[in-house]
Amino acid sequence: MYDKLWLIPLFPLIGSVINGLLGKKVIKSEKVIGAIGTLAVALSFVVSCKYFFQLLGDEVKVHENIIASWMSVGQFQVDWGFLLDPLSALMLMVVTGVGSLIHLYSIGYMHGEEGFYRYFCYLNLFVFSMLMLVLGGNALVMFIGWEGVGLCSYLLIGYYFEKKSAGDAAKKAFVVNRVGDFGFLLGLLTLFWTLGSKHGVWTINFVEIAEHGHLLGTGSVVVTVITLCFFVGATGKSAQIPLYTWLPDAMEGPTPVSALIHAATMVTAGVYMIGRMNGLFAMAPTTMMVIAIIGAATAIFAATIGFAQNDIKRVLAYSTVSQLGYMFLAMGVGAFTAGIFHLMTHAFFKACLFLGSGSVIHAMHHAYHHAHLHDDPQDMRNMGGLAKKMKVTYITFLVSTIAISGVPLFSGFFSKDEILWWAFGSTRGSWILWLVGAAAAGMTAFYMFRLVSMTFWGEQRTDARAKDHVHESPWVITLPLVVLGFLALVGGYVGIPHVLGNIFGHIPNYLEHFLEPVFGHAQETYHIAVKEHLAHSTSLEFLMMGISVLIAFAGIGVAIFMYIKRPELPGQFVAKFSKLHRWCFN
Amino acid sequence: MSEHLLSLLTFLPLVGMVILLFIPRDNEPLLKSFTLIATLVVFFVSLPLAFNDAFRTSAEMQYTEFVPWINVGDFFQMNYSVGIDGISLWLVMLTTFIMPIAVLSTWTAVEKNVKGFMALLLLLETAMLGAFISLDLFLFYIFWELMLIPMYFLIGIWGGKNRIYAAVKFFIYTAVGSLLMLVAIIFVYYYAIQSGINMNGFSIDQFYLMQVPAGIQLWLFLAFAFSFAIKVPMFPLHTWLPDAHTEAPTAGSVILAAILLKMGTYGFVRFAIPLFPNALQQCMPYLATLCVIGIIYGSLVAMVQSDVKKLVAYSSVAHLGFVMLGVFALNLQGLAGGMIQMVNHGISTGALFLIVGFIYERRHTREISEFGGLAKQMPIFATIFMIITFSSVGLPGTNGFVGEFLSIMGAFESGLRWYAVVATLGVILAAVYMLWMFQRVMFGELKNPKNAELKDLNAREIIIMIPLLVFVFWIGVYPNTFFDKMNPSLEKLVDQIKGKQEVAMVHHVDTPDNLEIK
Repeated sequence: MYDKLWLIPLFPLIGSVINGLLGKKVIKSEKVIGAIGTLAVALSFVVSCKYFFQLLGDEVKVHENIIASWMSVGQFQVDWGFLLDPLSALMLMVVTGVGSLIHLYSIGYMHGEEGFYRYFCYLNLFVFSMLMLVLGGNALVMFIGWEGVGLCSYLLIGYYFEKKSAGDAAKKAFVVNRVGDFGFLLGLLTLFWTLGSKHGVWTINFVEIAEHGHLLGTGSVVVTVITLCFFVGATGKSAQIPLYTWLPDAMEGPTPVSALIHAATMVTAGVYMIGRMNGLFAMAPTTMMVIAIIGAATAIFAATIGFAQNDIKRVLAYSTVSQLGYMFLAMGVGAFTAGIFHLMTHAFFKACLFLGSGSVIHAMHHAYHHAHLHDDPQDMRNMGGLAKKMKVTYITFLVSTIAISGVPLFSGFFSKDEILWWAFGSTRGSWILWLVGAAAAGMTAFYMFRLVSMTFWGEQRTDARAKDHVHESPWVITLPLVVLGFLALVGGYVGIPHVLGNIFGHIPNYLEHFLEPVFGHAQETYHIAVKEHLAHSTSLEFLMMGISVLIAFAGIGVAIFMYIKRPELPGQFVAKFSKLHRWCFN
Repeated sequence: MSEHLLSLLTFLPLVGMVILLFIPRDNEPLLKSFTLIATLVVFFVSLPLAFNDAFRTSAEMQYTEFVPWINVGDFFQMNYSVGIDGISLWLVMLTTFIMPIAVLSTWTAVEKNVKGFMALLLLLETAMLGAFISLDLFLFYIFWELMLIPMYFLIGIWGGKNRIYAAVKFFIYTAVGSLLMLVAIIFVYYYAIQSGINMNGFSIDQFYLMQVPAGIQLWLFLAFAFSFAIKVPMFPLHTWLPDAHTEAPTAGSVILAAILLKMGTYGFVRFAIPLFPNALQQCMPYLATLCVIGIIYGSLVAMVQSDVKKLVAYSSVAHLGFVMLGVFALNLQGLAGGMIQMVNHGISTGALFLIVGFIYERRHTREISEFGGLAKQMPIFATIFMIITFSSVGLPGTNGFVGEFLSIMGAFESGLRWYAVVATLGVILAAVYMLWMFQRVMFGELKNPKNAELKDLNAREIIIMIPLLVFVFWIGVYPNTFFDKMNPSLEKLVDQIKGKQEVAMVHHVDTPDNLEIK
């Protein structure tokens, strides 16, 4: 029934090979190259959908599909094996779904680029690696994807390799990722060796790890070391403190790459990996605490940097770092479902934001090109008032901004609120974590509306010669925006909190129910839940929700006040607190 | 025919060399084509070995041949005894596989005295194959020494500016090591005879059975280890390598890196370790330390090189540190990792030297600062270079990962855990120096006008690289092809070592002296 899982990564691999080998000399046509690339991922999406819905209706929720042996040396036996369970199925949908849209978008965005074929070759290779990471049935197949996405990130950041800054950023990304991978490898080796030599279970298979992981002993030193090592790997891939520095530089890559790799998929791999091994992490309260603290710290720290950036993509990059911090905060307090939920909604709204910024940059670039100017098309100080010129981009961008700010009824609200509630009330949580998270939420709302104000509202500050050449982008660019904007709007309804669901007639939390087979066991065994006396206090949950909404609105209000009502204020503020500003600017 | 396959294989190149001597020296195309055909014939003759399924199930020597050779009464007896098992199988295959590639790389690179060059290559191939299949320690020694001579001339005559210095340095280092080994070989032989073992020549099977007291074992082991460690080369005996590599012609570097260095690692696995496992146990902390220093030091020095070829040479030091760390782990994973990493190093580093050769032929310089922005000018070259770079960095899915991972895993499972942790750091450093070099050579703007006219790889150069690329992915994706035929022999080796170590332990506790003291 589930024996064709390998088709999912195979299609992008074929697409990559075809475009890589034949793209330049044989195919040549941009349309054909783009079509092959997009179709390859779309086919994966179709197969993923099939399995996703098949799994929805299936009693058994965990399926392994082993293709062949990879390495077989004594007790060390590794297979080319894939694993489909609700967690990987959900990720498959996100990766192939968002991936297809971004491929489509790239056809328009990359039009006329010299290395068009190369771009699609790398992008398909990336999707292949990401799918290996997601589907990997054991830690080593996951590691192939894990380093593979690092490679593709390297290739795509360095896409404009003639620019020195691009080459530097690419190398930095790969090396910093490698530092994380060092942790991953050590964790893997320690796990394999301890389980094998001490307990006779020689395995790195995820299903078997979940089954026998408890042998390591709850809270034991070894399980703490193992999980901390894995977490080091996660900080590298997911740009957490202290390994976050590569992500802002990674914006040297083409914008669709930033959307796909550095927002929606690759950087969430660390969160996914913790979810994949939630059983081990649940056994190590110390590690969980470290994860929660690092996550919260990253969330607020990156948000402060987001305040001061003028490059539209860099704001979004720091915003991504910050949102990833939220996901780790969730994982750290045991809110695994909420973490994965935020991963999903973030994939929608952040991809939409990046693609929207790409649409703006595209338009600015063409305008400058038309006017023979060499201004920076990414500098928000040259934008403003674009709402009238680029309606579709503006509306989708606004929807996503509202979503990320945590305004009720938009997708980000549901996932972020769930995380904050767990941060406050979980047996592994604390009110300090909640406070930091809530403050970061307010800051997120502020810098995002600052961005919208500077880009879309107010007066257009573009050079007069280029001003009138700013136009809306073609449909291949706006269609993905509309789809993603729609998802950013409604994507949250799969995970409505129980308190709200109860008001509107017992709407269940579908996502929680769906992921229960993955996370339920560990949460139950190790007593990870919202504290009992809080769990029944509906009024408290509403109060907390109300506070975070208020904070979000406050952030929005301040931003609008500072950048629309009194545009002279930010300048005065910077002059007054120049030290603080520079610190924020990083 | 199959009972003489190994001899046929080994001496075919020699026969080829003799025929080559009759070809007029100014007919260069014929000389080159003939050598290419000869090495290709050797490769095809060796193919039945790779496809023989006996290695999957049997740990014993296959294709054995035994001919008594020199017999001086009780004093000295040696035999022509050869055979092949899972340990030597892939090194023999690597040799026959690399040789045609090396010959093809000389097509336009070697211009002076082509005849001599080709003759030496063929002689070298015989010596290398002979060393890998020898089952008689003295025979091994003869082939070992025979390798030295052609390589010395290859560097000394066809090398770069400082070729004489490099060749002499290479010769002295290796010769000193071999002399020590010779002394040890003779010593261990007479020791065996004196202790009443009925020696059949210098048969390694009989040496395997011998129990040497700890004190003597240590000295003998050190003599062997010293000789092999020079060849590997292990830190701090590596200093000849960068010179030899930098000065050697491309084909010489390729053979040196791909095969000659493997003699050292192979020597450890075949001779030094199984003969003297207890001495190894004693020296383990020091040897493992040297491996780890080699990995870190090699990487750091590679990082600051301004010459591409030197950088690759130092990366070799680091890579071989991984090989030796895996081997010293003395468990199946470590040994298998070390063995496959030997093959990997042959493929990846051999390919890197070829790549360096390609640009050297075009620009007659190897200074990194002379390049930059080549990716745009030479897209095919850039793609191949990048794949090989990532194979050298050990990216999962390529061959490098399998070898490094298993070596580290083996070391981790044995007593060398902390060494493994430090070695893993080397994986990060590898990414730093390789990618930095790649960036400086291939990325950026093409600023140097001399590079503006560079031509991309031609058909011959692409054909050279394709077989290497195939194995980069083959070993990366399905290494079991190789492990399946290696494992039985390695399992036997592990048992043998463990058995000897246990006997020594028991022996140590139960000797009458010990009891008396109690």
